[in-house]
Amino acid sequence: MSGLIRLAGVGKDYGNVIALRDVSLEVGEGEVVCVLGDNGAGKSTLIKIIAGLHRHDAGTYEVQGEPVAFSSPRDALDRGIATVYQDLAVVPLMPVWRNFFLGSEKRKGPGRLDIGSMRRATRDELLAMGIDLRDVDQPIGTLSGGERQCVAIARAVYFGAKVLVLDEPTAALGVKQAGVVLRYIVQARARGLGVVFITHNPHHAYPVGDRFLILKRGRAVAYHAKDDITRDELTALMAGGTELEELAHELGTVASDAGGEMAAEARRLGLPDGE
Amino acid sequence: MAQAVTAGPAGDERLARRSPLRRLLGRPELGALLGAVALFVFFSVVADAFLQASSFSTVLYASSTFGIMAVGVSLLMIGGEFDLSAGVMVTSSALIAALTSYQLTLNVWAGVAISLVLTLALGFLNGLLYVKTGLPSFIVTLATFFMLAGANLGVTKAVTGNVASDSVRDMDGFAAARKVFASQVDIGGVSVTVTVFWWLLFVAVATWLLLRTRAGNWVFAAGGAADAARAVGVPVARTKIALFMGVAFCAWFLGMHLLFAFASVQSGEGVGNEFYYIICAVIGGCLLTGGYGSAAGAAIGAFIFGMTNKGIVYAEWNPDWFKFFLGAMLLLATVVNLLVRRRVAR
Repeated sequence: MSGLIRLAGVGKDYGNVIALRDVSLEVGEGEVVCVLGDNGAGKSTLIKIIAGLHRHDAGTYEVQGEPVAFSSPRDALDRGIATVYQDLAVVPLMPVWRNFFLGSEKRKGPGRLDIGSMRRATRDELLAMGIDLRDVDQPIGTLSGGERQCVAIARAVYFGAKVLVLDEPTAALGVKQAGVVLRYIVQARARGLGVVFITHNPHHAYPVGDRFLILKRGRAVAYHAKDDITRDELTALMAGGTELEELAHELGTVASDAGGEMAAEARRLGLPDGE
Repeated sequence: MAQAVTAGPAGDERLARRSPLRRLLGRPELGALLGAVALFVFFSVVADAFLQASSFSTVLYASSTFGIMAVGVSLLMIGGEFDLSAGVMVTSSALIAALTSYQLTLNVWAGVAISLVLTLALGFLNGLLYVKTGLPSFIVTLATFFMLAGANLGVTKAVTGNVASDSVRDMDGFAAARKVFASQVDIGGVSVTVTVFWWLLFVAVATWLLLRTRAGNWVFAAGGAADAARAVGVPVARTKIALFMGVAFCAWFLGMHLLFAFASVQSGEGVGNEFYYIICAVIGGCLLTGGYGSAAGAAIGAFIFGMTNKGIVYAEWNPDWFKFFLGAMLLLATVVNLLVRRRVAR
């Protein structure tokens, strides 16, 4: 398997706060690597390094075998690494087609936009991904959250991304919408892209992931291929087994029937994932 | 601001096709256009002199002097920022040209060129301070506003011993410069100030820039969601600095007009005008928080401003009340804009 990106022993400090320490990760073509972790685990620091927003302090970061240290997201984009952020993927008041081509506008002549072809390309590209927008001139803010994520992902794919970095794309979505996004992740993998899928939801990660990196307090606590780990193990790892035991115990001592039920439920699920 | 638009129904994810009428209602300048028509009819009825061609030319002249600045200010506002120093920068620019050409006994065109360079540098400085400090542009330009207002007065007094610059009327190149910046053009027997045509040209260029070029795309993106824009590779800092320089360019142009219309410059002028420019942009449908608006809307805003300004005189009302009407108009325009946008978003 050819490695698209490879991180080895990567670390990052913010002043005296150690945000990330000794994290290794590899993404190959047609492979989905899920990065799981609770809030504050270092997930966002990790993507910011991959995306070129921050530079790592320690370790090495290689793209297709070449060590890199990006100074801006543009650098990362030029190397085929496209990042789709959960909350800052699009400019809500701008039309869909302007969003689609933002930062990589098609031009005919210096500065002049080729509006017709951008409109067409946007419509066609979204249609190919199953989003039927009859009016690409509507502000993208009028689309649903899942559709907005999909437009952002479709954009990255269209512009020749080799690696997609998805920052909690399913976090703010309902079950159905999350399903739409997960389907695109699988589609992107089928096209031979490498995907780094950041999430705190093991139930979203397990069905699509090939490998799982679990972060906790800035460190990697586990890095497994899908064959080596079951969904329940992943869930338990993600939640932190002992903490979950404690939670179950605590809920149990609340003693009421509801409490017992909740405890059983918590044990079974690993973590409440109703967000 | 995003919420105003995203607040659509969450049920089915597909939107029905928008009718042409709703599309029209979604234009940022629509509220202003309706207001301008209403105001025009109103003053035509209450003020007999209003419909005369010469009065209309006066209205257009007043509109143009504010409209030229409103072009730069509205672009900057779409880009998400304010420039409170815009009013006094006009005076600074005129003073630079007047003082350098008079004191160094240069052709006035040399003063015009020096003023262009220095005024653009002022705009660059505003932008650079904003980008480097990360402070709100409101604060940064409030500071430069006071600094410029003080420097205008201080430098002029130190150089001329007076609060006004010396007259440049008899200097080389004055006649030619006046032709470009402050002449009267005869249109079918009616004398129209040349700034009206410059204004329309600026509006056309700004509209083209906003809607048809990559730079325009970046302006909307920088104002609408700077972080998202940065993440897809838009040079947000550069765009914003350029917008501050755009305001400076407009200030330079208006400064040159004032200089060659009156030959000398009062150093205390310009204070307070920055709010008029902002009012023009806001009445014209520019969203105060950025990311939405148009240059044509700001032009209509300036036209409303000019009509109110002169219409009150033609209606023979007490002009002391002008500002009251202006404030009321601002309130009305923004409420109308808000309602229109909410209706479209629904």
